[in-house]
Amino acid sequence: MLTVKDLSVMFQTRRGAVDAVRGISFEVSKGEILGIVGESGSGKSVTSYALMRILDIGGTIKAGEATYSGVDLRRAAERDMRDIRGREISMIFQNPRAALNPIRKVGHQIEDVLRQHAQATRYDARRKAIAAMEAVKINDAANRYDAYPFELSGGMCQRIVCAIALACNPRLLIADEPTTGLDITTQKAVMDLVRDLIRERNMSSILITHDLGLAAQYCDRLLVMKDGRIVEQGDPTQIFSQPQHSYSRKLVDATPRTGASVRDLLPKDMRAAAPVLNPSSAPILEVRNLVKTYAGKSGPVQAVKGISFKINRGQCVGLVGESGCGKSTTSEMLVRLMDATAGQIVFDGGDIAKIPARAFAKDPRRADIQMVFQDATDSLNPRYTARQTIAEPLRRLGKMRGRARSARIEELAGLVGLPLSLLDRFPHQLSGGQKARVGIARAVALEPKFLILDEPTAALDVSIQALVLNLLVDLRAKLGLSYLFVSHDLHVVRLLCDHVIVMKDGQIVEQGPAQQIMVNPQDDYTKSLIAAAPKPPERAIEIPRPELEKTHVEQTAIHDKRAS
Amino acid sequence: MAKTFPRLRAIGWRVAQAVPVVVGVVVISFLLTRALPGDPAVYFAGVAADEASIAETRMAMGLDKPLPMQFFHYVGDLLQGDLGQSLTSGRPVSTDLANRLPASLELTLTALILAIVIAVPLGVLAATRPGTWVDHLCRIVVTAGVSLPTFFTGILLIYIFYYLLGWAPSPLGRLDFIYLSPDHVTGFYLIDAALMGDWETWWGAAKQLILPATTLALFTLAPIARMTRAAMLTALSSDFIRTAKAAGLSNRAVLYRYAFRNALLPVVTTLGMVFSFALGANVLVEKVFAWPGIGSYAVEALVVSDYAAVQGFVLAMALLFVALNLMIDLLYTAIDPRIGFEAK
Repeated sequence: MLTVKDLSVMFQTRRGAVDAVRGISFEVSKGEILGIVGESGSGKSVTSYALMRILDIGGTIKAGEATYSGVDLRRAAERDMRDIRGREISMIFQNPRAALNPIRKVGHQIEDVLRQHAQATRYDARRKAIAAMEAVKINDAANRYDAYPFELSGGMCQRIVCAIALACNPRLLIADEPTTGLDITTQKAVMDLVRDLIRERNMSSILITHDLGLAAQYCDRLLVMKDGRIVEQGDPTQIFSQPQHSYSRKLVDATPRTGASVRDLLPKDMRAAAPVLNPSSAPILEVRNLVKTYAGKSGPVQAVKGISFKINRGQCVGLVGESGCGKSTTSEMLVRLMDATAGQIVFDGGDIAKIPARAFAKDPRRADIQMVFQDATDSLNPRYTARQTIAEPLRRLGKMRGRARSARIEELAGLVGLPLSLLDRFPHQLSGGQKARVGIARAVALEPKFLILDEPTAALDVSIQALVLNLLVDLRAKLGLSYLFVSHDLHVVRLLCDHVIVMKDGQIVEQGPAQQIMVNPQDDYTKSLIAAAPKPPERAIEIPRPELEKTHVEQTAIHDKRAS
Repeated sequence: MAKTFPRLRAIGWRVAQAVPVVVGVVVISFLLTRALPGDPAVYFAGVAADEASIAETRMAMGLDKPLPMQFFHYVGDLLQGDLGQSLTSGRPVSTDLANRLPASLELTLTALILAIVIAVPLGVLAATRPGTWVDHLCRIVVTAGVSLPTFFTGILLIYIFYYLLGWAPSPLGRLDFIYLSPDHVTGFYLIDAALMGDWETWWGAAKQLILPATTLALFTLAPIARMTRAAMLTALSSDFIRTAKAAGLSNRAVLYRYAFRNALLPVVTTLGMVFSFALGANVLVEKVFAWPGIGSYAVEALVVSDYAAVQGFVLAMALLFVALNLMIDLLYTAIDPRIGFEAK
């Protein structure tokens, strides 16, 4: 149905030409779901934009063929392409809220497509648009027709994007990271819906994702891409159990899954012995009946409704829940950036909830509680070098100067595995993993006792996530830290945490030892969360294989003697 | 119901917010004019006045009373629509303003419409074809518009089109003396003449208007064009444009229904600011073209410490600004459905 042969895409940038896709060939047959997996910069999205001929300015197809049902997609006139887009081949995108026109009613956006492709007239457009919304299982579609994107949830927006893509009954659907940024249960709902629709209408599909587990679950065949090339392709179970190429092996290893320990995420030759962790039974932090109430438009809104839990010295506690469950509000109250409405936060023997958030900055215990933020890029000052960022807490709270401070900065850089040569770079000159390390170095600079990790790896590629997670485990063992690990990814929580708290609508629905919660959940909500997590195929028994080639610079950095 | 209600409330709230601003404006315009150098009683009493008659005038004008008392009287008069008597013209300030304000507004609005008609399409074209001649033209126009002062462009235009080419009529006011001014309905000559059906006068007024309006338009064009270009570039690189393209929408639909409407938001904000700049720049243009507007009136009044006139001018301008900002905000609410929810 779709045949791609030696496709190459080039971008003209200020620093010269950049090859984004370097001669890839693949086929999509009728009724097949093809998965393209790769990390950022692998050229997987660019491939799909090239097929649709919607590359950004500067991007051109340099060589190769792309044929869809006999139409040469590379040479077709723009007019013909416009007829193909949306009607024959259509796309759904990541970040659904941004993918919709913010100031146009969603119903009208669906009508735009229907009318563009002459699938509806002015008189029946509304009816057909509502039908398209019902097809993607939107309840009460007639009322949602008049909604604007900002009035809908992320999952609902993605359904609208699907409705736009499927309105004209295309034959091929390209889904570009369709569930990135969505909650795990929403992800499952959206993916199941898309798969069912594809099967029902006997369509073909290309699923582009960085999540190998997700791709394995929904695709018939996988392509693994790296640096614009296809390094491996085949059956998902096959790739999972016996990856042939070193890169796909690394990806498979790095994908968090049942039965793997945090060390198993690393390539085999980098696996150091697991550190010894011995959490004590004395609590470092105890939260009692914590409540947070916001003044809402229609009366007060309770974001956190009287929760209580304990974190022991040296323990890692996972706080799990979907967006809006109050987990971020809770962590902001714990780090005393926000005042609690009621309740106690007993830290190291004293109630810190009584100290106003403003005054806490001057409290001696301020240095003992630190936070690592979700977005490594946004949480660094773009005008500070890595060195200045790490120096900030040392200067303000540690009152360190001169030689002592620079020595400490270099010590910290070594601790988190950041090469000293990178210390004078600005955030935009660092990679995602390096930025995460800077954020962690800043957090541990003052030797805190307690660290709040707010989805520290959510924005990272899996192979980098594996390195950062291992770094966190090592730091915990070495510095005797206690963690509160906030996340929506159950696989990651299971890898890192001893104890898990599940939150929903501002309340704790279940808590207990990690193993117990994962294997034998009691609450229905916990069960649905665990069921929604993608289940990659089991890894086959290790078979002997040739020596790995070293591919990444990253790997030499952290696992030196100091860190392990 | 649930959708319109918060928006209506947001609009009501925004209108209510204008009230304290108006009160503040009244207080400040009063205090500012009291702070002006010079003693108005001396001017009022005339050249031949002695100490006694000056004191008498001062008493008659209420200037001997304490400030709060004077303010109280001022507000009382204001509520009756009495802005006091102008020294220079000898007429009530309210009459003067009613005569001159439409002249200024006609000039400013024409200039602004002219600027929008040129700048917005120019900005859109420049954004859709970056690096082409349209883009460069846009950049040149913007740079020229920002760097040439209005009195200079005004004089240059007069020199070329009146003195050298003789196409424009003499730059002396709103209407050549051979025409009779149209009956006063709105005070806008173009509208009044059209209402009367007197197209000859309309044309006469239009000919007088072209040069000063062009001068002012050249000045206001720059920020509008620049903002349109930037806003269009941002809108065109948004994710939803890619969705629209991937759905096969035509270029027109993508450009106007998706990109342009979103780009309009910052442009409307800029328009509000540009309008206030234009009112300020008016003073110079009115001087150059002998336009009987409110700007030249204020300057003359200021020079002779005619404080009733200055006070009236400041008040009228401030109220105009408040009304304008209110209008921009309401327009914003009309374009952007998100507004009603973000406002408290």
